[in-house]
Parts: sequence; structure tokens; C-alpha cells
Amino acid sequence: MVEHERLKRFNDIAVPHMDAAYNLARWLTRNDHDAQDVVQEAYLRAFRFFDGYRGGDARAWILKIVRHTCFTWLARNRPVEIVAASEAEIDEERTLADGEAGGAASGNDPETLLLQRLDAELLTELIGKLPPLYREILVLREIEEMSYRDIAEILELPIGTVMSRLARARQRLQRAWRHSAAARHEQ
Amino acid sequence: MNCKQSTDLILPHLEGELDPAQAAELDAHLRGCPQCRASSDEQRQLGAALKTQALRFAAPAKLRLRIAAALEDEAAAESRPRMPTASAPPRRPAYWRPAAMAASLVLAIAASSGMTAYFTLPRQQDTVVQQVVSDHIRSLMAGHLTDVASSDQHTVKPWFHGKLDISPPVDDLKDQGFPLVGGRLDYLDERPVAALVYRHRQHPINVFVMPADAGDQGDGAPRGMESFSERGFNVLHWRQGGMSLWAVSDLNLAELRDFQKLFETGTAQSGS
Ligand SMILES: [Zn+2]
Repeated sequence: MVEHERLKRFNDIAVPHMDAAYNLARWLTRNDHDAQDVVQEAYLRAFRFFDGYRGGDARAWILKIVRHTCFTWLARNRPVEIVAASEAEIDEERTLADGEAGGAASGNDPETLLLQRLDAELLTELIGKLPPLYREILVLREIEEMSYRDIAEILELPIGTVMSRLARARQRLQRAWRHSAAARHEQ
Repeated sequence: MNCKQSTDLILPHLEGELDPAQAAELDAHLRGCPQCRASSDEQRQLGAALKTQALRFAAPAKLRLRIAAALEDEAAAESRPRMPTASAPPRRPAYWRPAAMAASLVLAIAASSGMTAYFTLPRQQDTVVQQVVSDHIRSLMAGHLTDVASSDQHTVKPWFHGKLDISPPVDDLKDQGFPLVGGRLDYLDERPVAALVYRHRQHPINVFVMPADAGDQGDGAPRGMESFSERGFNVLHWRQGGMSLWAVSDLNLAELRDFQKLFETGTAQSGS
């Protein structure tokens, strides 16, 4: 049956990337239940648009659909997160240097801040509080370990924008880490 | 080099992307600037923590099974209109194929424009079609498909009384394979509309009903049925009895057209 041949080819290509798909959706929706719904939705869409897949990196192809589905979901269910940090605002955001003169947060001793260990729990909390556009680029680069080129394809952005957005994401995470360390230091 | 320039170069430096001259310049600044040195140390620790500590969530086995089953259903549904005379293919049991997972990843697939059409839709343009699809997705994902759950049109139709200016046509099409699931109030084009929910196999169908003067795009000239494809969903728009109706589903276009015909004929005959 033609349709089952098509399904078999699709499974060969798309199924090996289900962990990557789920990981991205899990970080973006921040819970298992919604991530499962989004991934299932994305896979059904990918299957429908499978004829449009022209070879190339299958993981990038799938993740592009997953992120699109995630952001549709976020726009509907967590519009505040999207509105609070649109693409344009993210890419024009002031850097750490503009706001905090390059070094450690003023009034805090860098030595004490570095004592706070960045374990999985704290990282999950800090990354989870970042705007979704920063969260996704950190997940793709730092956890999925994808190349700038593949990330550029997924996000449909120039490589230069990918690099600068990643740098801002890392700076935002660094700032969040300092703030959480400072908060604990005060307690 | 000042601190602002330095800050923007710290990450590329750690990733080994600066040319030797830039790297030397940054190193010189870091030697003389404790704050930037601390910042660079923090970024190094952050990078290491992200690589070793950040969680990579694995897809649960249950999800893999769910998706396998949904894809089997989808494939079965897709093959139907191509063989109009054949009876429905038997539902195959959902199972997973380890062999398939291990097979080669990259295949050259005949190109078509499906993907292009999907991704070149203007994102900002909020047309009624896009709202119809967004309402449909939200109704599925928010788990809020119906306000009144009933397969009886004599329960669903009166439920809208007093809630809307119109009385939507409702007919149960269970015998034709499209059972009525219920109804709810939704919003389209910034006004409340009736949403009727039907189902075909596991695929929900939303029918949005509003007065014919509302939500009509363009010049208002009379048209026949219009069909749209948006984000992988099929959408039909038509008018009957002074009302403007939108049907949306992930069903393929042929099945959705079948449904639309049955709906229009059924509701016209029952006079509802
Ligand atoms: Zn400095």
C-alpha cells in the first residue's frame, strides 16, 4: 500500500529525532503533558508535509516543525510569555555590558557568587525563566549541540543573528545566575 | 578595548571563534580588568554546567506508541480517497518498529511544494482563516472542545438560545460517519460565534457559525464554497440560510468536503 510505504520512509527519517523533538518541546512548554501533545501534533504535521522534505538534515527539518508547533501552542496558551519578549525586542536587547558595566553585578563580590554551584535543578529553574526565544536557542546549542548553521536553518535566521542571540541568551542566563546567587547570599 | 567590547567577545573567545589578533587584544583587557575576568570565568563555568548538567529530556515510551498509532491512522485515512471504490483498509494495530528506526536517515524524497506553502504563510497577518485554525487548535489543545457535550441536536441547538443572536443549524450525522459531539461558544473576528463539534474517526471537526455579514472577507460579493489550507488544516467556508459557516479539521480535503455536503443537506432538510 502506497501510504504505508510513505509512512515507513517517514518513520525511518523522523523517529530517530523524537528525543530531540521532545526535549525542545519539554523545555519550551515546561511540562511533560503539553510537550507530549505538541510533539504528537508536530509529527502528524510533519507526516502531512513529508512530500516537501527534500533531504538534508532530518533533525533540523523535524525541529523546525516542532518549534513552529510549540510557538503556536505558546501563543494560544501562554501569550504573556511571547508578548513579553518578541523577536525584535530580543534581538535589540541591551547587552550585559550596557546595563552592568561588564563585570560582576555591582555591590557583590564575584568570589562569593561563584560559590553557588550550577546543578541541574538550578539550571532548569534559571533557563525556565528566560523568554522562550532564548530558551530554545540555548537548548539547541548547548543541549542538542547543534551547529550554528543547523540552528540558523531551524530558526530561519541568518547565522550572525543566531550567534548574537545566543550570546545574549548566555548573558541573560549569567545575569539570572548572579541574581539568584545574590538573593541566596542575602538570606 | 573597553568593557562593552570585551563583554561581547567573551563568549566567542570561549568558543574559539576569535581570530588571533582579537583574542590577544581581549586577553590583554582581561588581564587588566578584574570585572571582565570574573565575567569570563562565570561564562566558562556556565558553559561547562550547560554541557554537563542541563537536562536532556527523553521522549517517554508512551509518547512513541501514541505517535506511532496516530501516524498509522493518518496513513490509513490518507490512502482512502485514492481508492474510492475499495472498502476502508483494516486498522492496523499500533506497534513500533525498531528495524525502521535503525534504517538509513537520509532519503531523497520527491519534492513538492507542501512544505513551502506551509512556512511562507505571513505570520503577522491575522485573517479569519488563521483565526479559524487557531480556534480549532486551541479547542483541541486546551482540552476544551465542548461547553455542552451531547450527540443530540435537540440538546445542542437549544443550548445556544439566549447566548447568541443566531440559532445555528445542527444535525447529527452519526449514520453518515460524522457523529455530533457537542457545541461551545467561541470567538471569531472579535465576536462570539457558535462552534459545533463533530468527529470523524478520531478527527474532530469544528464548525463555526455566525451571521452572514460578519467575518466575510473581501468585497462581500456572493461566492460559492471556498477552501483554504492553513498550518496543515483544511478549512471550508460557505453560506447558508443567512449565515456564514466555517468548517475546519485535520481531515483531508475530500473527507471534509464530504462532511460539508452532508451538513448542508442534512440541516436544510431537517429545517434546523
Ligand atoms: Zn573590562
